[in-house]
Amino acid sequence: MDLLTWTYLLVGLSFALYIGIAIWTRASSTQEFYVAGGGVSPLANGLATAADWMSAASFMSMAGIISFSGYDGSVYLMGWTGGYVLLALLLAPYLRKFGKFTVPDFVGDRYYSNKARVVAVICALFISFIYVAGQMRGVGIVFSRYLELPIEWGVVIGMAIVFFYAVLGGMKGITYTQVAQYCVLIFAYLVPAIFISMQLTGNPIPQLGLGGNVADGVPLLDKLDGILADLGFEEYTSGKKSASDMFMITLALMVGTAGLPHVIVRFFTVPRVRDARLSAGYALVFIAILYTAAPAVAAFGIYNTIQSTSEKPIDTLPAWVTNWQQTNLIGIEDKNGDGKVQYLADPATNELRIDKDIMVLASPEIASLPNWVVGLVAAGAMAAALSTAAGLLLVISTSVSRDLFKTFRPEISEKKELRIARIAAAGAVLLAGYFGINPPGFVAEVVAFAFGLAASSFFPVILLGIFSTRINREGAIAGMLAGLVFTISYISYFKFISPELNTADNWWWGISPEGIGTLGMALNFLVCFGVSYLTPPPPKNVQDLIQEIRIPKGAGKAYDH
Amino acid sequence: MERYWKKNLQTLALLLFIWFVVSFGFGILWVEELNTIRLGGFKLGFWFAQQGSIYSFVVLIFIYVIRMNALDREFKVNED
Repeated sequence: MDLLTWTYLLVGLSFALYIGIAIWTRASSTQEFYVAGGGVSPLANGLATAADWMSAASFMSMAGIISFSGYDGSVYLMGWTGGYVLLALLLAPYLRKFGKFTVPDFVGDRYYSNKARVVAVICALFISFIYVAGQMRGVGIVFSRYLELPIEWGVVIGMAIVFFYAVLGGMKGITYTQVAQYCVLIFAYLVPAIFISMQLTGNPIPQLGLGGNVADGVPLLDKLDGILADLGFEEYTSGKKSASDMFMITLALMVGTAGLPHVIVRFFTVPRVRDARLSAGYALVFIAILYTAAPAVAAFGIYNTIQSTSEKPIDTLPAWVTNWQQTNLIGIEDKNGDGKVQYLADPATNELRIDKDIMVLASPEIASLPNWVVGLVAAGAMAAALSTAAGLLLVISTSVSRDLFKTFRPEISEKKELRIARIAAAGAVLLAGYFGINPPGFVAEVVAFAFGLAASSFFPVILLGIFSTRINREGAIAGMLAGLVFTISYISYFKFISPELNTADNWWWGISPEGIGTLGMALNFLVCFGVSYLTPPPPKNVQDLIQEIRIPKGAGKAYDH
Repeated sequence: MERYWKKNLQTLALLLFIWFVVSFGFGILWVEELNTIRLGGFKLGFWFAQQGSIYSFVVLIFIYVIRMNALDREFKVNED
């Protein structure tokens, strides 16, 4: 079978599987819609969390980013996994004991204030919309590259699929589709990685292959350092970023990860507090399988690319280079007219332009793997984008139906609430699709926003809400607003208002916009403490609530008001 | 219950200290010193930044799970 047939077949089969699961797990109550009835096993929740978390960016772009930044790319590897330690130790068990359905639920109850709840809802909606637009775009890109469909059609098909199982199945449907999506995406990621690792280093485990030797007996990483240095680049294993910027970005990504509402809400779906702890552990295991393979895929990818193009005659380049030239992900321009490709650090003489997504998307072709593997990678990229999109859409619909409608109109019936949740999910799908087709030019830029905002708004108030009995309503609201306004201003200034000033010389203390969430978080903590100690402590019933969530005993099923 | 909470906080402090050292310490602050040591084909600091820290995170969470389940039973605040 040819490549296109395989791709249609595998992507089609995976879609049929997701729809089948959605019909089988249809949600019938608000509790099933919001938290899957609170009866998901820790293992299933771990798998679902991993799929929820790993987005189109993790699957398609992360390895490529590391390929071109080497050691500097470590911020993503550490940042996007280390957050789970914070989540497991500091947030998940207590939020599960609290036993409601959303992050704004917790903020509103713990800080006995609907104002605090509304601030939290706005943060949650903003973060989720930024993120979901990127996922829809990812779906469209996969469709256009592999299935030769226009991006618009890809987005519409992706919307239809997500619409079907998120609107119908709610959290219950999403959870079990995410379990299936994890299996698809991890298989699709590892198969090419294993083959490439064998070809390059003789070791079938990519994580070990990264430390292995290439054919001439030299360690791969040393060889890569040498090759890149010869071409005028930084060595692969040492970076350009300053240690302080690395530090700030990593911390912002970690704390942001722990504060993302669509990840936190997954821990409301397990039956007991100890299941919440355990499922965070499982989730990180499943995430780590991909995240430890990614640096190997990255190093193999850049090594193979340089070996097969640098100083090679343009008319004898391998087939995959010419294939991906058609999609404009690889560009070659023979500037000095010698008929060969020069890949160099100096932009004036460099003749090869490679999109970062190539390292994963073209990996089966680089390793000369059969056509079905290419189809598999397409299905995997789709699974990664769809699973994350669904989790985000659920946060959006829950925020609207529960945190806004139910809070201010407590008399509405459960049936009506469920209908509002479904309408909100449908509206969110349409809006996300619109942004997928007409992406605001800054989609890639605003990812920094999502993490920065989660770090500077949610994380401090949730943490202090559990670990301090003194932090009160006034402190929490002031803290969230201070962190939010500061972080939004800093990022907007350097990304949108004066992008030409976005260099290390102009940053405050050398902190890039990606890392500013760390400072926003610190500011949130400071303001939160300061204001709380100047105003009266929280009332007795809130003190009791805090004592209550600190011990696991007595966690019922996730309950309603 | 105060003793339970205090022991919980001690556990957290220890585990978060290790969390900090393996990632921010070994992976960023002392990476150059560690890079003079080799682990197979890896420089040690680079290995911590791209792989070792992630393995450590997984182990830390499972130590936490085991430790907290034991603590819950000791103070009879477990769920069954």
